[in-house]
Amino acid sequence: MENNVVLTMRGISMTFPGVKALDNVDFTLRKGEIHALMGENGAGKSTLIKCLTGINDFEAGEIRVDGVEGTVKNHSTQDAQSVGISTVYQEVNLCPNLSVAENLYIGREPMTAFHTIDRKTMMKKADELVKRLDIKVDVTQNLENYSLAIQQMIAIARASDMDCKVLILDEPTSSLDDGEVEKLFKVMNQLKEEGVGIIFVTHFLEQVYAVCDRITVLRNGTLVGEYPIADLPRVKLVAAMMGKDFDDLASIKPEGFEAQKDTPMEIEARGLSHKGTIKPFDLDIRKGEVIGLTGLLGSGRSELARSIYGADRAQTGTLKVAGKEAKISQPLDAMNLGMGLLPDDRKAEGIIGDLSVRENIILAMQAKRGMFRQLSRAKQEEIADEYIRLLQIKTATRETPIKQLSGGNQQKAILARWLATDPDFLILDEPTRGIDIGTKTEIQKLIIQLSQQGKSIMFISSEIEEMLRTCNRMAVLRDGAKVGELEGELTQERVMAAIAGGADNEK
Amino acid sequence: MKSKKLTQNPLFLPLVCVLLVLAVNAVYDLSQGKAFYEFFITVINDQGLLTGRLVTILNRGSEVAILAIGMTLVVSASAGTDISVGSVMSLCASFCCMLVAGFGVSSVDDVAIPRLLLGLLGALVMGCICGAFNGTLVAYLNIQPMVATLILWSAARAIGLLLCNNLIVYVRTDAYGVFGGYIGFLPTPILIAAVCIAVVSLVLKKTAMGMYIQSVGINKKASRIAGLNSKRIIFMCYLLCGLCAGIAGIVASSRITSADSNNIGLNMELDAILAVALGGNSLGGGKFNLAGSIIGAYTIQAITTTMYNLGVSSAVAPVFKAVVVIVIVVIQAPPVKNWVRKHTAARPAAGKEAAHA
Repeated sequence: MENNVVLTMRGISMTFPGVKALDNVDFTLRKGEIHALMGENGAGKSTLIKCLTGINDFEAGEIRVDGVEGTVKNHSTQDAQSVGISTVYQEVNLCPNLSVAENLYIGREPMTAFHTIDRKTMMKKADELVKRLDIKVDVTQNLENYSLAIQQMIAIARASDMDCKVLILDEPTSSLDDGEVEKLFKVMNQLKEEGVGIIFVTHFLEQVYAVCDRITVLRNGTLVGEYPIADLPRVKLVAAMMGKDFDDLASIKPEGFEAQKDTPMEIEARGLSHKGTIKPFDLDIRKGEVIGLTGLLGSGRSELARSIYGADRAQTGTLKVAGKEAKISQPLDAMNLGMGLLPDDRKAEGIIGDLSVRENIILAMQAKRGMFRQLSRAKQEEIADEYIRLLQIKTATRETPIKQLSGGNQQKAILARWLATDPDFLILDEPTRGIDIGTKTEIQKLIIQLSQQGKSIMFISSEIEEMLRTCNRMAVLRDGAKVGELEGELTQERVMAAIAGGADNEK
Repeated sequence: MKSKKLTQNPLFLPLVCVLLVLAVNAVYDLSQGKAFYEFFITVINDQGLLTGRLVTILNRGSEVAILAIGMTLVVSASAGTDISVGSVMSLCASFCCMLVAGFGVSSVDDVAIPRLLLGLLGALVMGCICGAFNGTLVAYLNIQPMVATLILWSAARAIGLLLCNNLIVYVRTDAYGVFGGYIGFLPTPILIAAVCIAVVSLVLKKTAMGMYIQSVGINKKASRIAGLNSKRIIFMCYLLCGLCAGIAGIVASSRITSADSNNIGLNMELDAILAVALGGNSLGGGKFNLAGSIIGAYTIQAITTTMYNLGVSSAVAPVFKAVVVIVIVVIQAPPVKNWVRKHTAARPAAGKEAAHA
């Protein structure tokens, strides 16, 4: 093993039923470096981390840790800790009702000669530890008295104190605000100085460039490459994560129709925000316009849409719908203003699994009418049959529970639910995810058709090509904020450059 | 093919359970030298009242049937149970009698009708207040249903006792006794239960309430996105459940023309929950079948009545009841259901036989 290397993983492979989760992945971590592990959802980041910490049992490959003879195969997080690998997860796994000092030393408390806990020594050691990492806390206070960021840092302090050579931070910043992130970075840099190797898993590009020394990119369970931070500008990183070679990108001309310039406004949002998910943004959408929201996963695309719709109630700002001031505190308010939202998580927020296809289709329409004005059974059946035919939903009967349908057909049924309400403004969040190519094209056609009827559509998709084909205009999001809009000729290059943002965008 | 359709009907198993109880009755009656249809013999006796074993079961099972209506909705919408209904029954009965008799009065013989109506209305309002309290805790404060309703489970009965100044308050007038007695030849509780069932069934049929409740019970988040006010719907179910407890409380109190705080509705919440389960409803919420719950409620009463009929002493009756319940619940357990389905699929003739039995 090289002198300064603390961890090597070679040829790691792992299969979940039916999926090759990791295929021959290498990873190297050096002393005193912060190493970003990047990739889109499902790229294999978490799986790789779990192989390292003993949660997953990998099939092939070997792991070596500095100072440990032979290969290492962990079977539990305790095993991992014993060879110097500690992990801090997104959610803090500490006890809020114990003091900071107790949390730091729980399970390894200093003992007195009488086999009782030596509280005095514990307090003293805890105090030294937090001072060393420059965390400003009173170690005798209960953990719950401190912010999530501080709790996160206490977790890191605890991990770093346990003779830690490798520290894994799995999405530690996703619930922190900017100031808190800064504090966390200070602690990370302090540990780096002390020679700890840090693996930083995040989807915030800004943060990677702020603290990391090196980046390893995974895609679909395979290694794309390892790069020093200086050799991989943002645009190239985005291209590597998405699997597009940036230089070879053929620019695809958006087909169809021009951006609407003179139609009246459907949506005018000013300074809308939802704490922790989307920073204040302004957005105008004209009637008959298809606006795309683009950005990496977790950039706040869905959250922006949800704050307009009232799925996550906006805490600041004002919203005008069709020129009138609107107050939306719950989805029903938005629906009564002519909106609809097809959520990205079909299973959790879309389908009502045990109800029939018919009931799932008429649900939103019924909700708009109110409980006491029930649609007659005949009317319900007529509507259900109409959309089953129109969208070619494959179902045994209209009374089949929707959970028995395939994913794509469930999606069509939920789309039917919203089309049935005849919305003026329809938000489609990843409507084509997990859908076969034929259906995808149908949905894209449908979007264009709706916009020609004068309806406004907000379209969110991870597939840029699909958005280029349908959108008049795009809003770009990064790290939970809307950072710009793209108009005119939309090309893949422009969109990807905008997603990556930062210095590369300026040239 | 016909048999397959029958076994897939959600009411199939609850009805099988009823048949099971009836079969036990028939066998017993035959062994006693009576007709096997003894159970169904209903006559108007010398006092001009409807009697018979079936009538007794329908009469005595009224309270649990009424409670089962509210419980079914609560279970469906919130995937939890309201364990306070028994205590709330007692509180409503006490409040009713207190309003009629006046605070601190232990017994009245003659009551003006307006005063009586005030008492009845008070009981219903009290039921709604208790339901609203539970509903607020569960729907708006996200407290687990079991914990939230535990509060009134322990407190309501005691509050009732306080309202009655620690007395058993008697309202000895026929006008009050009628709710637990007879109208003409018909036992009133049967009528009250029938009206409650009819009203709720009609509401479920004529409005979208049933779909709303099931939708919220299956997927709260998705229902909200689709425009349902999930919290308000859950709240409403608890409110209705409280109202049902109020009605059941009046019936129970009227039977004994008094408010016996310590005994009215005792452990009845458990029977109501059992009725929902026996009716083939999942206690995990979602799809519900009101008719199943009602059948379940009367099945429980039928088991009890049958026990007494068989001469089982009231001390050991619960043991036998438990055995019967175990059998019924096991029949309805998904693994057993699947096994039976596989079995009947392989031998359709056997399935037909079972269905006709």
